[in-house]
Amino acid sequence: MSDGNPMLTAPDMEGLKPGFSEPVFEAQVAFRTVLNAMSYAGRVHALETKLDPPAPLDPAMAALALTLFDFDTPVWLDAAAADGGTPDFLRFHCGAPLVAALGEARFAVVADPSKMPPFDRFAIGEDRYPDRSATLLIQVPSLTGGPAMAWRGPGIDGATTVAIAGLPADFWAQWADNHALYPLGVDVVFAAGRALVGLPRGIQVEG
Amino acid sequence: MNAVAKKASWDEAYNFAYLDEQTKRMIRRALLKAVAIPGYQVPFGGREMPLAYGWGTGGMQVTASVIGPSDTLKVIDQGADDTTNAVSIRRFFKRVAGVATTEATEEASVIQTRHRIPEKPLKEGQVLVYQVPQPEPLRKLEPRETETRKMHGYAEYGLMHVRLYEDISRFGHIATTYSYPVMVNGRYVMSPSPIPKFDNPKMENNKAIQLFGAGREKRIYAIPPYTRVKSLDFDDHPFEVQRWPQACALCGARNSYLDEVVLDDKGGRMFVCSDTHFCADRQEKGHRGPMAADPAARAFARSSETSEQKEDDGR
Ligand SMILES: [Zn+2]
Repeated sequence: MSDGNPMLTAPDMEGLKPGFSEPVFEAQVAFRTVLNAMSYAGRVHALETKLDPPAPLDPAMAALALTLFDFDTPVWLDAAAADGGTPDFLRFHCGAPLVAALGEARFAVVADPSKMPPFDRFAIGEDRYPDRSATLLIQVPSLTGGPAMAWRGPGIDGATTVAIAGLPADFWAQWADNHALYPLGVDVVFAAGRALVGLPRGIQVEG
Repeated sequence: MNAVAKKASWDEAYNFAYLDEQTKRMIRRALLKAVAIPGYQVPFGGREMPLAYGWGTGGMQVTASVIGPSDTLKVIDQGADDTTNAVSIRRFFKRVAGVATTEATEEASVIQTRHRIPEKPLKEGQVLVYQVPQPEPLRKLEPRETETRKMHGYAEYGLMHVRLYEDISRFGHIATTYSYPVMVNGRYVMSPSPIPKFDNPKMENNKAIQLFGAGREKRIYAIPPYTRVKSLDFDDHPFEVQRWPQACALCGARNSYLDEVVLDDKGGRMFVCSDTHFCADRQEKGHRGPMAADPAARAFARSSETSEQKEDDGR
C-alpha cells in the first residue's frame, strides 16, 4: 500500500490517482465482496467503493487490484489496461510487478475482453498445486445485459442464469475447455462499474 | 453487511484484526483459490498468531483475514460458547478488531468453531471458520507430504477406502466417529476437522461459506455453499450418523448431538445438547427435557447460560 514515500512521488507520478483512503477497511470490504462472489458464483455482488481510478479501470476492478495485488503477485495487463495511468497506479499503490509473459501472471487485468488472449496461455496450475493458476479479472460493459447462459456447479443451488456482456464469440467454448481441466484451470472475476460476478473453474456453463 | 458503515474501535497498538495487511492479502488470495477448488488444501505463508498451536491459530488467521468492523462474531468450542478456548478467542477479536460478539448462531456473520457445526441451519452470507489441527486426511496412512500431495493430485484414494474397510472387518462397522473423511465436489478427499460424523451431513449443500484453517501445517481449504460433500462409505456399509436412545435431558431435543455430563460423584449423569446456544434457546421457548426440573441439572444449565456475563465481568 502507498505510504506517501516522497522518493516514489516522481514528477511523472503527477496526475496519479489516489488509492484507498482507508486501505485496511476498504480492502476488507472488497475482499468480502469478492469472497462472496467466488463462493456464490454467478450472482451479481455490489462492491461499495469511492475509488476514482484511472481510465479504463472501473471502480470495482480497481478495488480488486488494490485488495489482491502486491509485490508477490506478477500482473499482466492487456493493451487497453496498459495504455494510460493504470500501470503507474498499480505499481505505486500495490507494488505489483507488471509482466509481459502471460504464463508468469498470477493475475490478469483485461479491460477489453473482445481482444483478450486465449485462456490456455495463462497458468492453469499443477496437478499437485492447482492453486498455482492465474485469476483473470475481466472488465465488461454489463454483468446482466449479455446473452443468457445457464451456470451450474459449486456455489450455485441447481442452476442460475447469467448474462455477461462484451465477451468474445468463442469465450464460452474456451471456458468449456478450461472447465474440463478441473481441478486445474484459471478462475475468472467479471467486473463492471461497482459490481462483481465470480466464475471459478468448477462452474459448467451452457448456452 | 459489508459496508464500512460502523466506525471501527479497537486496541490501536495492533493493526486492525492483529495481522498485518501483507499477511491478510496472502491469506485472502489463498482463500479465493480454496473456494475455487473445493476440498483442496492451499498452502499459505504468513506470520504467527499470539497463541500456541492447538488453540486454533489457523482458524484465527482465517477469521482475522475475513472479519470487518460490521461483523458479529460467535466462537464455539465443542459446541459451547463458554469454554476457555472460545472465550479467549472471542476476547482476542473484541480487543484487536472491536467487533460485536454473540452466542446466537443466527445473529453471527462469522462463526469460528472447533469440533462442531451449530445445530441451527446456517444462512447465506454467514462464514463458518473451522480450526483444523491436522488438515491431511491421508496423513495417518502416509506420513510423507510429497506422497499425500501426489495422491490428491491424481485422486488416488484407494488407501483411504482400505483403511475404512479395515474398520469394518475388525468391528463389523465403520468405527471412525470423528474426522470422518468426506469427498468434496466429487474430486478431493477432505478432513472435516475433528467434528463428530454426526455433523458431516450438514456440510453438504450448506448455505454458508465454510473455511478451514490449519495453523501448524499452514493450509487453508474451503467448501463453497451448495456443494456436494459425501462421507466416504461402501454399498454394503453405508454412512450413518450417531443416534441416541434418549432426548436431551434439559431441552428434550431428539435431533441434536448429545454430550454425556457427570452431575455428581454418585453416578448421576445426563445427556445434553453439545450446542449450548441451541439448548438454551429451546428451553427459553418452553421445551423441557426429562431432567429439566432436577436441581443438579438446572445448576449445570445455569452455569453455561451465563458465560457472556462472566466474560464481561472478567474484562
Ligand atoms: Zn438440549
